Amino acid sequence: MPKDNPNSGGIGASPKRREDVRFLTGAGNYTDDINVHGQAHVHFLRADVAHATINSIDTSAAEAMPGVVKIFTGADFAEVGGIPCGWGVTDRHGDPQQEPRHPIIADGTIRHVGEIVAAVVANTLEQARDAAEAIDLDLGDKPAVVDMAAALAEGSTKVHEDLTSNLCYDWVFGNDDDTAVQAAFDSAAHVTTLELVNNRLVANPMEPRVAIGEYSRGTDEYTLHTTSQNPHVIRLLMCAFVLGLPEHKVRVVAPDVGGGFGSKIFHYAEEAFCTHAAKACGRAVKWTSTRSEAFISDAHGRDHVSKIELALDADNNFTALRTNTMANMGAYLSTFSTSVPSYLHGTLMAGNYKTPIVQVNVKTVFTNTVPVDAYRGAGRPEATYQLERVIDKAARELGADPIALRRQNFITQFPYETPVALTYDTGDYVATMDKLEQVADVAGFAARRAASEAKGKLRGFGVNCYIEACGIAPSNIVGMLGARAGLYDAATVRVNATGSISVFVGAHSHGQGHETSFPQVVAEMIGIDESMVDIVHGDTGRVPFGMGTYGSRSIAVCGSAMVRATEKIIAKAKKIAAHLMEASDADIELKDGQFTVAGTDKSVAWGDVTLTAYVPHNYPLEELEPGLEETAFYDPANFTYPAGAYACEVEVDPDTGKVSIERFSAADDFGNIINPMIVDGQVHGGLGQGIGQALLENAAYDADGQLLSASFMDYAMPRADDVPFYQVDHSCQTPCTHNPLGVKGCGEAGAIGSPPAVVNAVVDALQSAGQDVTHIDMPLSPARVWAAMNG
Amino acid sequence: MYEFEFETPATVAEAVAALAEEEAQALGGGQTLIPTLKQRLAMPSKLVSLAGIAEMKGVSIADGVLTIGGGATHADVAAEACPPLAALAAGIGDPAVRNRGTIGGSLANNDPAADYPAAMLALKSTIVTDRREIAGDDFFQGLFETALDEGEIITGVRCDIPEAAHYQKFDQPASRFALVGVFVAKYADGVRVGVTGASEEGAFRWREAEAALSASFAPDALEGLSLDAGSMMGDLHGSKDYRAHLVAVMTKRAVAAIS
Repeated sequence: MPKDNPNSGGIGASPKRREDVRFLTGAGNYTDDINVHGQAHVHFLRADVAHATINSIDTSAAEAMPGVVKIFTGADFAEVGGIPCGWGVTDRHGDPQQEPRHPIIADGTIRHVGEIVAAVVANTLEQARDAAEAIDLDLGDKPAVVDMAAALAEGSTKVHEDLTSNLCYDWVFGNDDDTAVQAAFDSAAHVTTLELVNNRLVANPMEPRVAIGEYSRGTDEYTLHTTSQNPHVIRLLMCAFVLGLPEHKVRVVAPDVGGGFGSKIFHYAEEAFCTHAAKACGRAVKWTSTRSEAFISDAHGRDHVSKIELALDADNNFTALRTNTMANMGAYLSTFSTSVPSYLHGTLMAGNYKTPIVQVNVKTVFTNTVPVDAYRGAGRPEATYQLERVIDKAARELGADPIALRRQNFITQFPYETPVALTYDTGDYVATMDKLEQVADVAGFAARRAASEAKGKLRGFGVNCYIEACGIAPSNIVGMLGARAGLYDAATVRVNATGSISVFVGAHSHGQGHETSFPQVVAEMIGIDESMVDIVHGDTGRVPFGMGTYGSRSIAVCGSAMVRATEKIIAKAKKIAAHLMEASDADIELKDGQFTVAGTDKSVAWGDVTLTAYVPHNYPLEELEPGLEETAFYDPANFTYPAGAYACEVEVDPDTGKVSIERFSAADDFGNIINPMIVDGQVHGGLGQGIGQALLENAAYDADGQLLSASFMDYAMPRADDVPFYQVDHSCQTPCTHNPLGVKGCGEAGAIGSPPAVVNAVVDALQSAGQDVTHIDMPLSPARVWAAMNG
Repeated sequence: MYEFEFETPATVAEAVAALAEEEAQALGGGQTLIPTLKQRLAMPSKLVSLAGIAEMKGVSIADGVLTIGGGATHADVAAEACPPLAALAAGIGDPAVRNRGTIGGSLANNDPAADYPAAMLALKSTIVTDRREIAGDDFFQGLFETALDEGEIITGVRCDIPEAAHYQKFDQPASRFALVGVFVAKYADGVRVGVTGASEEGAFRWREAEAALSASFAPDALEGLSLDAGSMMGDLHGSKDYRAHLVAVMTKRAVAAIS
């Protein structure tokens, strides 16, 4: 519950983010700030064509250039593994996904613009770039495969000659009885159909990727500094699948990381390259991506083409839902690529609604484009967008109120088992919709529309709901679904002799504010000031283990591990306190950092107990080890299910098609909340990215596989003046039933829940002017809106 | 970027001499050239910085004529030029760009989406160089093409201050350059309309609109006028038809802002 005094500390308070002091005053330590004595620099020669055979590659002239240390080509990595895919999806026929080799450096074939063709290590970056220009490359052009439908057509050029086709898998989920599903549609009173595109995006974190590999000949140990959301996962993938190194000889450090949004989850070729090259060159090797490189080498997001059909009975109850999606994988399978359009997308297709029959079909497709993987929301925005757009279209076709139609079909009984394999433990969609109607001032819309019309603008109102599955886990379930990793997390609580605490957490903080919110939890549990608690993250050499940060899982999974470890600490501390006060540990109570014996006035302070743990002069050594440090691994029983309702109000300039967002309201149910201010910030950021997708962002390829929007000159990122002041409310709270904090996660909600509201609002605005426009594909640029209005 | 020599002349004459060398290139504020160099898309042997040339600075207004030094920054123009041009300059880029970029550099580059060309066509401008004066109407010769000779430096521009003027810009969503920009200037002897961002041939004067507005200066005077979409640019951000349409809308809005 929010505390009256925001500075009071503990759970529910809103202390300012302690990490911002260093971020905002230039004292952060980002990967590019790190320079290792004697380091060399690598420049990657990247493909400027989308598809070609490498007939020959002559590096002899380049090797003779000044400052060159070593030049690597695909042949140098023929003996090591390819970049692995972390999720194996089984298709509708029981066959495994088609999984091509993903080489560190292209070996024989170039498959997308931006793929590494050669790597030049030199004393300086400029020397490396000069030498790269002297590499003589003889290419045999091949036709580029860009459009997904064309890629799947009979006779298409194959992206991978050794695969049977460009189809990665053809997957069916939910009700797989085609006849029964068709029967539901045949007997429907009304069927609404919508074809839509979920536009391809580039994550564009503020900090581009960086990798620095080091090798010690003396100890045979490697260190990789990298911009990662999950350093332990990178270590595991790189050691076990790519380079064949023992994990205990490799340390992966991800210090301050300037945003990830998913794009820094994945293991990238540049990380394995720098680690490998450090030994091969006898020098540390550093790479810092340019922004231009980031556009063509960071995994992209989204890129689905879907057809969705919703069946309703005569009373407007949803009776069946069927979707068919083509999802772009790009040229290779990035780490979590195959899970995104399948299990992170299909499982969410029921949404907040009690539709009894849901069938999801997804075909994933190889194309000569940059690999596509998770981007803030990862599959759930694509599901939400389809579902909430088709519901809106159905409401228009039926003349129903879009809010009432949703309310009528809400799930209201929990736990609820969906037709697409999830069990929602708790939620209250009526309450969030009630809250939204209040926050969004639905009643005042008519007056606002009249005011807009008086100045020649069209005004529209759009609403949507969302639900997401967060805290991705439990391991036994995701393992059955094809995950090749466990999805627990870990925390070690180390209490020092003087009572201060370092918590070593497996989650990584790269904008989420963990350094502030995690200590709030531990401080609350013990009753000490949170300034006595720090977290340590982002270093496999310091943190025992962890699965990292993605899927809005940090507080729900790693936070739960931290709670479990702190509980162990408190249990042990109580035994020490009991010994000091000559009482039974069952009688010891801990409050406000004081241990007391129930029913007496005896007490010892937290600091007395911690000192005793490390100076055990008066200590039950025969029963208890000295020291105060505990580790817990936490594997949750279920996903968490944040949900909510969003509303957007737009003005459309009918002369130019320009859309401006006048109001945006969010009513979220995140369960219990640790730091309301940080949650506000997470929602704001997510909304910014969702609005960016809806109105501005588009990674567009031409037919030759060239990225047309390969810089900020053509890729439109949302700026501050593209978004309104938000009305954000998270007072509806149905705590998660299966984790100790009752938390659900908030990092992705904004990005998941906002695009359909924006598009619904624009369609509403155009319809208010009598325009027969039922859909516009994102981004709703002025040109696209104008074109829709002018047929 | 590749290695290059760097010179910082103090006078126009020194700069001209320095630019006589083959592959030497003038550097204004560097807002286009420096990113180009960083991407290794240009390889000049020598950069001649015009930033230290005092005689190319300054903005002044006298006897109905606006005079701007070729080395004046967009921020200088925004602060000191006549209001319509000042407003245009204030809408270029961001503060960092405006404090470095110069009007001379922008005009010499003649980016088809730059703002200044529309104004120079509308404001009866004269482009002054180290060796001659060029009428604004003769200066812009297509995409990134101008009447400048090799090594010729824009030392300043002169514009006739109009009775009234307005620049209406529609931003390209990503770059916020002009997807279409229209500068309308009203003089006693007629109206001039300069258009940027739209045409495949670069900035141009919309003569039909000028004639209509000279006869009747009101948005309604433009009713029924349209541009040939065939000669417009079409790309990711707007089709040819959309650009042609936007020129008409922006022109009407500029006229409405004045009248």
